Amino acid sequence: MSKIIPIGPYHPLQEEPELFKLYCEGEIVKDIKWETGYNHRGIEKLSQSRTFDQVFFLVERICGICSTSHPFAFANCMEEIAGIEVPDRAKYIRTIIAELERIHSHLLWVGLAGHFLGYNTVFMWAWKYREPVLDLFEMITGNRNSYAMFKIGGVRRDIENNKITRIKETLDLVKKKTDLLAGAVMDDPVIHARTKGVGILTKEDIVNYGAVGPVARASGVAIDVRHDDPYAAYPLVNWKVITAQSGDVFAKAEVRLLEMYESISIIDQCLARLKKEKEGETEIVVKEVPEGIGTGHAEAPRGEVFHFVKTDGSNYPVRHKIRAPSYVNIATFRKSCVGQTISDATLSLAAVDPCYCCTERMAYAFDVETGKKIYNGNELLALSQSKTEAIIKRIKTEL
Amino acid sequence: MGFKEYCFKKSLWLFHFGGASCNNCDIEILDCLTPRYDVERFGMQLVGSIRHADVLLVNGSINRRDKARLLDLYHQAPKPILVVAIGACGCTGGIFAEGDTFAGPVDKIIPVDAYIPGCPPKPEAILAGIVKLLNKK
Ligand code: SF4
Repeated sequence: MSKIIPIGPYHPLQEEPELFKLYCEGEIVKDIKWETGYNHRGIEKLSQSRTFDQVFFLVERICGICSTSHPFAFANCMEEIAGIEVPDRAKYIRTIIAELERIHSHLLWVGLAGHFLGYNTVFMWAWKYREPVLDLFEMITGNRNSYAMFKIGGVRRDIENNKITRIKETLDLVKKKTDLLAGAVMDDPVIHARTKGVGILTKEDIVNYGAVGPVARASGVAIDVRHDDPYAAYPLVNWKVITAQSGDVFAKAEVRLLEMYESISIIDQCLARLKKEKEGETEIVVKEVPEGIGTGHAEAPRGEVFHFVKTDGSNYPVRHKIRAPSYVNIATFRKSCVGQTISDATLSLAAVDPCYCCTERMAYAFDVETGKKIYNGNELLALSQSKTEAIIKRIKTEL
Repeated sequence: MGFKEYCFKKSLWLFHFGGASCNNCDIEILDCLTPRYDVERFGMQLVGSIRHADVLLVNGSINRRDKARLLDLYHQAPKPILVVAIGACGCTGGIFAEGDTFAGPVDKIIPVDAYIPGCPPKPEAILAGIVKLLNKK
């Protein structure tokens, strides 16, 4: 007799509303279903009643954590339709903002993953060292999140050269702290024992489910929009796509941590080039957007963000289609969670770093069988954390 | 001091309800718990069940699916409870107020005691809002 364990929709395990149902036999998860729609805001429709300049503010608010990726993809899309190329300075600034965002998003994930494992210190640390990055955003753009930096043809604000030292200092600090976190994660026998071999996704799974971003790269599939279809300043700087082979939770953590170093190096190179460009040349004025269709994508911290826009020569998009990375990544739960124990399933869910506010677009209906057993959120979290404790004990006795 | 004031004197426990939001407000609320802002020094803590809470933090625009849940939660909450609407979305519906699925704002659904505007409000603003609310009581 299988039992159903609901996680959500309003659940302390997750920040955002989303309902997962784990179908279990004993400790083992046999199937998983999910139900969305709690976060649906009708953004694609809303976008049709906004002018192109206003759409930036709207798509920025699809998702707060990747609030640069969506405007980035939209800008790429509109610039394809208008057939323009933005000035170099704007390219560098765009890249800097996007990479800073990747750093803070990955730090956020490391913290949350630590929390799931029962390592609240990692959670507090990671979030503490995320703050300086947010301070940088506040200095550059005036807001900690939702930066409103993008517009068609360039960026709204310049990064003046006198700010560069401050950015460099902060990055040095963040790099040091990343070393610390990476050390804490990579060398800890408990984390190895808890995350290796958990939630494995093979290369075939990734291809079959069409997963993207760090989830795909952790399974050895080197897809990265920044590399495959270069945009902004990515072709102008040196960096490499980080991959890992094992596809488990540990590999996903490894990929994200190493990506932070790449981001720091990308920003460093961009800052160096920025100094050589003339201050103030941050945009070309676009008076009119012609009729046409365009597609644009960008690599968000969680994978590929894709935008499609159809225009008719007016000021408003006729159709605006958005696809966010979590939409495809969530489907991999079917593979990564089924067959695992419940305490591992929650960890596998977190490892994908699902972002529901990006994903909302459909409801998934199914029959609910009888015979429910309900774990509440705290119990689930406790389950995951107690497993970590058991591992700590085991390792201590082995030593 | 009346019973209600007495209840809210110390160590408020917070329950967080994220409606159809963009996640930024959620993150900023969590940020309040982390070392830089650290609300726990005031005895405030996020709790996992509404039945333990003194304050209900609501952020995000409320869509039709959330509405019933928000009402449920409000009915399950031990009274008296303070309701705080956070962010432009929580206060008015913000940028999503014209959306097809919009069923809010929060104060049309349940009574709200305090509004903290901003998109997203800074953690300082959230703290200041809650402190203001407490002083008023
Ligand atoms: S108020 Fe702004 S930051 Fe907060 S949920 Fe709404 S759109 Fe997001």
